Amino acid sequence: MTTTTTGTRVTKAVGTAHARVEGRDKVTGAARYAGEVPFAGLAYGWMVLSTITRGRVRSVETGAVLEMPGVLTVLHHGNAPRVDIDYVGMLGVPDPTVAVFQHDRVPHAGWPVALVVAETSEQAREAAEALVVHYEEEPHDVTFAGEHPDAYTMPGPGGPAVTGKGDLEAELAASAVVVDAEYSTPEEHHNSMEPHAATALWDGGRLEVVDSNQGTVWVANELANLFSLDPASVRVRSEHVGGGFGSKGVRAHQVAAVMAATVLSRPVRVVMTRRQLFSLAGHRSPTTQRVRLGADAEGRLRALEHSCLSRTSTVYEFIESGAGVARVMYDAPAHHTANRVVRLDVPSPTYMRAPGEAPGSFALESALDELAEKCGIDPIELRVRNEPERGPVSGLPFSTRSLPACFREGARRFGWADRDPRPGLRREGRWLLGTGTAAASFGAGAMPSTAAATAEADGTFTVRISAADIGTGARTALTLVAADALQVPTDRVRVRIGDSDFGPAMIAGGSMGTRSWAWAVTAAAEELRERLALSDGIPPEGITVRSDTTEALGALAQTERHSFGAQFAEVAVDVATGEVRVRRMLGIFAAGRIVNPLTARGQFTGGMIWGISMALHEEAVRDRNTGALYGADLAGYHVATNADVPLVEADWVDDPDPDDPVGIKGIGEIGIVGAAAAIANAVWHATGVRHRSLPIRPDRVLTAGPHA
Amino acid sequence: MAPTPLSTHSAVTLNVNGEKHTLTVDHRTTLLDALRERLDLTGTKKGCDQGQCGACTVLLDDRRAVACLQLAVAAEGREIVTVEGLAEGEQLHPVQQAFLDLDGYQCGYCTPGQICSAVAVIEEHAAGWPSAVTDDVRPEAGPPPLTAEEIRERMSGNLCRCGAYVSIVQAVERAAGIRAQAARTAEGAQTAKGRGAAA
Amino acid sequence: MKEFGYERAADVSGALALLDGDPDARFLGGGTNLVDLMKTGVERPGRLVDVRELPLDRIEATEDGGLRIGATVTNSDLAAHPDVRRSYPALSQAVLAGASGQLRNVATVGGNLLQRTRCGYFADVAAPCNKRVPGSGCPAIEGEHHNHAILGASDHCVATHPSDLGVALTAFGAVVSYETPDGPGRLPFTEFYLPVGDTPHRETALPPGALITGVTLPAAPVAANSRYRKVRERASYAFAIGSVAAALDVRDGVVHEVRLAFGAVASRPWRAHTAEQALTGGPADAGAFAAAADAELAAARPLPHNAYKVTLTRNLVVAVLSELAEEATR
Repeated sequence: MTTTTTGTRVTKAVGTAHARVEGRDKVTGAARYAGEVPFAGLAYGWMVLSTITRGRVRSVETGAVLEMPGVLTVLHHGNAPRVDIDYVGMLGVPDPTVAVFQHDRVPHAGWPVALVVAETSEQAREAAEALVVHYEEEPHDVTFAGEHPDAYTMPGPGGPAVTGKGDLEAELAASAVVVDAEYSTPEEHHNSMEPHAATALWDGGRLEVVDSNQGTVWVANELANLFSLDPASVRVRSEHVGGGFGSKGVRAHQVAAVMAATVLSRPVRVVMTRRQLFSLAGHRSPTTQRVRLGADAEGRLRALEHSCLSRTSTVYEFIESGAGVARVMYDAPAHHTANRVVRLDVPSPTYMRAPGEAPGSFALESALDELAEKCGIDPIELRVRNEPERGPVSGLPFSTRSLPACFREGARRFGWADRDPRPGLRREGRWLLGTGTAAASFGAGAMPSTAAATAEADGTFTVRISAADIGTGARTALTLVAADALQVPTDRVRVRIGDSDFGPAMIAGGSMGTRSWAWAVTAAAEELRERLALSDGIPPEGITVRSDTTEALGALAQTERHSFGAQFAEVAVDVATGEVRVRRMLGIFAAGRIVNPLTARGQFTGGMIWGISMALHEEAVRDRNTGALYGADLAGYHVATNADVPLVEADWVDDPDPDDPVGIKGIGEIGIVGAAAAIANAVWHATGVRHRSLPIRPDRVLTAGPHA
Repeated sequence: MAPTPLSTHSAVTLNVNGEKHTLTVDHRTTLLDALRERLDLTGTKKGCDQGQCGACTVLLDDRRAVACLQLAVAAEGREIVTVEGLAEGEQLHPVQQAFLDLDGYQCGYCTPGQICSAVAVIEEHAAGWPSAVTDDVRPEAGPPPLTAEEIRERMSGNLCRCGAYVSIVQAVERAAGIRAQAARTAEGAQTAKGRGAAA
Repeated sequence: MKEFGYERAADVSGALALLDGDPDARFLGGGTNLVDLMKTGVERPGRLVDVRELPLDRIEATEDGGLRIGATVTNSDLAAHPDVRRSYPALSQAVLAGASGQLRNVATVGGNLLQRTRCGYFADVAAPCNKRVPGSGCPAIEGEHHNHAILGASDHCVATHPSDLGVALTAFGAVVSYETPDGPGRLPFTEFYLPVGDTPHRETALPPGALITGVTLPAAPVAANSRYRKVRERASYAFAIGSVAAALDVRDGVVHEVRLAFGAVASRPWRAHTAEQALTGGPADAGAFAAAADAELAAARPLPHNAYKVTLTRNLVVAVLSELAEEATR
């Protein structure tokens, strides 16, 4: 028997609802997160961040602070161990922000300038607050508003900077209907509920870090590179992770903790405060986007232009590739996309749930709605008419593309057929009601991973893989996948994750984690089953089989691989107060084989709720004079509360990936894509006013005035 | 004579989950840090440390409160119940069981706070407390039914960034239903007993 | 947070004695604001006197039919109290609209009145702020101010008072009682908060070292028909960007008595006397409500990004008074 890599198999566990295998630990409080694993002799580090936005550290007055009770050391650019950032890691060159205390430059507000370590966290905090740092301040520029003379094009994580075909101006001129609009999205922050936390210690010549991250091997390798260590001498563990959303990679806190543990020769824990997260944990850049669409009278696109400008720091290039979504969604004889970025005196942005697609889909899917309005065509029909045969830019076929099926099923369940397209007509008490829709897509991929499957002498199985469960349900999904591959009940399988000693594997990111890991787990488990069939008995140490998917993945044919979805929203708007409430949402997704319906539903609806939050609430405000954030906490930066979230439903159509051994595509990010656009389109339907800047705050609704 | 130096530490006895713990605390130590760093009760989570997220919700004298804004020294004499104190041995509290069965969480970090909060929400509602979405707060209007809208508002002091709100509400509905059923059963037993005595 | 002393008081005189007029000491009530400010470094007291256990936790009827609310009554107990819900429903609604259940269970009435502004510059010790560091400047005026004051502010400070409870209290003419080592005192709500002027760091008229002991609500039959409406940037667990507490007594289509107060528009809960006067004796219709709101808001001096608050407050007045008028005639 050989390992099959095509089609889907008949299975029992995969596809059935299964409560989280670590669920009991989570509801009883027994699950320990990074900052909760006890160590004898633990010392507490507290970071000190710059209070200026640009300039130099002139001096760090450590004398008085070192005299304070319990203070063990103060690390800063004058005395900290040196690190090396001249390397290329898993995701490219490192953000120099992680190379803390290496020089006196301050490139943005909230730059780490020192770490105070003390016997207790209370002592460390007070000493950090008392530490006097003298600065030489320089003028800064943090203003991001529309164009900037220093903007330049830059390739993104998922594609080139610029794509283009056809004569845009000629096609626009020949179009019966044209939409030309600018959209903007604000600076957004991940704000996982668990703050970044790491405890570092040296144990028998090995560096051990208990951390909260999205990939233990990834972080271990970055730390090995930074501190010029043999990768085998670094172990990172991350058993339970309180959310990540793209922000939990290598960050200042782990590096500072390792430095302090090295200097003090004892375990040191560094936990970021909520306020510190706002400058050190990364964020999603604001965007300004321009979309130009030209169509014939039937709504068939002749021209599509999508350009996106985002912002990065002066020390690191990261681009929010908002214009990438058009390269998958719609084709036109003239089709141009461009992603540009400008460097400002702000912290480095990073990946945040559906990077590129989340803000990009807001602009593009809003513009499609505007086009539908102008053409007098139903927004769903418009999208169906513009379904491309092949990748609009690549020309490659789609592995599967079930977007019309999602819209059909969604429209049926949402009751779309009864919709009167005219805006501003429906009233219920003080509320104007409206509905909106939008399409969603997100790339489906897999990255090389290794796994080990062990048949234990007691008849159970242990799977080891350095996967991360950041709330996705990966640990449970892999249990189901392994059980099916081993053809045993799930209660005989134990999946261990979150330990870099388990070997190289994909991170929890890019909606690729579970697929990448499941592939490796399947390969190891199937080979183990074959080995067991041939063996007569299991030795006390068990039988272990290791897998590596590098070769199988390299053999995959080039196609356009994506998940798709249709988003529906109903909103209520009180134009007298500016309040907008989402009343219900429905998302129908074509996102590969669903491994665990119970947890998968949470991934989809969680993403959609991020869409509500993005559409109505989230906005980090940067003061152009101080250069710092205004209200950098969870009272100032609003994320959706329970009361903001009505009945949000998600479901899926059958859409197994034909080339994946389990049929998985990936579901972590697509839920947010298009969600904000569906809500904004519903607000237009309710009021007749287009909101092209997020979030749709009450003051903006009031200022826009009642149209209807 | 020199003034007595101000004491910045105190010996306190904290009553947590029915157990008494005597320890000396820095006055700056919050109840949250005392639980997590001193008593190794790490089920209570630190999400913001500013009363803005609800992850550290515990029960203080049967009422929910955020532990991050309580000083440990001020918590002496109060009955503190954390998520670790809800289950009866192996038997999960109905709220815990509902969160587990209905997947009322994702990453699990806000979960202990959500669960402690939900336990209190159900009791607050049973006591007839109105909420911000109660149409008529006058006592004559009677207690509001515990609708999904009421649960959402009452649970809004617990942020969940994963966005598990839909199943959180379902879990609270289920647990509240179990409590109401138990109350009805107890009432029925009481009535039956009364009848029995009369007969 | 620097090290501090902690003492627990058992009674009012004991609390005053423990505080001993020490400007470096603070009374600790529920702590929901003070402990937060200590963490951010805005407050750095040397001593805390815990007053949570003072016997001031009762709500009692007064002889004239009003209510006396003790200073250590928690927000939750205040909102749930049958007499409050029956006689001053807007007060219960205002409390329930604030914070979260787990904060309301701890926060006290006295502490609520003394809570500090939620202006982001005030909370950020790296930023200038005249309220926190007199003379350092007010970055809000040229910076972020979409949720700042439109009424009664000055060039020195445009912060708002965040209380919901206070808006209802000022509408109902509450009187604050306090105790000092020299004896008790009383302050009507409209005199409790000081004008901003050039001293935004001086917020109340309480004598130094005074302890709030309670709040008295005079009898106000009009308050039985009252309502609190709050608008915020999410559906719950957020501070107001506009709010209105209103009570209305309509007889034969004419406004017999009206109470009106605004939140999130000024450095204090804003009693709308001008609007009340404009309405009393006139018709109870939307036109009159709007005209009265406009009369009150004529004094508004909005900044570039908070002019919407004028519209918002006006619209809230019309909406809430219209609802109350409808209920009064039902």
